[in-house]
Amino acid sequence: MATRALVHLPAVLRRGEAFEVRATLQHPMETGYRRDSDGRMLPRDIVRRFEARLGTELVFAADCFPAIAANPYLAFWLRLDEGGTLELRWTGDRGFQHVETVAIALA
Amino acid sequence: MKRLTLLLAVLVSGLVAADDRRSGFADMTPAVQALQRGDAQNPAMLWVRGGEATWGQRAGAANRSCADCHGDARQSMRGVAPRYPAFDEPSGAPLTLAGRIDACRVRHQQAPAFAPESEAVLGLEAWVAMASRGLPIAPPADPRLAPWRAQGERLYRQRIGQLDLACAQCHEGLAGRRLGGSVIPQGHPTGYPLYRLEWQGLGSLQRRLRGCFNGVRAEAPAYGSAELLALELYLMQRAAGLALESPAVRP
Repeated sequence: MATRALVHLPAVLRRGEAFEVRATLQHPMETGYRRDSDGRMLPRDIVRRFEARLGTELVFAADCFPAIAANPYLAFWLRLDEGGTLELRWTGDRGFQHVETVAIALA
Repeated sequence: MKRLTLLLAVLVSGLVAADDRRSGFADMTPAVQALQRGDAQNPAMLWVRGGEATWGQRAGAANRSCADCHGDARQSMRGVAPRYPAFDEPSGAPLTLAGRIDACRVRHQQAPAFAPESEAVLGLEAWVAMASRGLPIAPPADPRLAPWRAQGERLYRQRIGQLDLACAQCHEGLAGRRLGGSVIPQGHPTGYPLYRLEWQGLGSLQRRLRGCFNGVRAEAPAYGSAELLALELYLMQRAAGLALESPAVRP
């Protein structure tokens, strides 16, 4: 099944006022340190980096490591003077990539 | 007047004491409670979104979707999940909610049944159950379910496995105390299918029960077996009246 993500922002966003962006991604975050029931090592499969861009400007980024649980939840604060398109991008092992975009209109 | 008030107070406290059942939610840490309370944080919503998509997808030889017959699940499925497991006429046996979804899929969509615990069936179950969130668990009074419930209670009180433990010994006798670091809940299935942090995913009540069988080192019955069905029927009867929390989060 296709990868899914949940992105949540407050209903009303005001110019110059900080708000919280919450994002959950469906991902196994396999550490690479575990074995399967036959004793074979499970290859690492994690999200390596999360980036949030408003237009072309990077507004938030995080590096992820094997200690993060499956279905990683990330929350961060933004304060904007102008609206635009917020692009959330998760990239990881085995060429994993997932993008969510949210249109932001400021009141 | 004073005497009457006193009498009333005694009566009321008696009523409260008579029902000291509590959901496992009450025993969780505030952080995990917050995870369940907020739909923006609850990871089970990833499966719910998938269930919502499956609900609208046409499938099988009949080329019909759930929505083609049932419409919007948020209205049409309200009050359905708290009634399950319920008796199914054609098969002459009770069905769990997941079993009902599968039966509907085979009979009306003419599509192959889902694999037990597959993402698709858990998603659909969560999507249907979420329509009844907050409603009291209301097991049907169908007399044909009574022998199943009696069988379920027998299993609940029977000592099993190498540890020679019955469900009741922990979940009635020791509920509220600790096993290792975790609080032993009363074992009311109020939030299934639920996201368990230990599983890092969504799972059904049968998965949880099988985990308990393994925990006391007994042989776990297969998914969909009569034993798990009977236990599920008894546990839902035992939790009757408690609010449905699906999809819940548990540690």
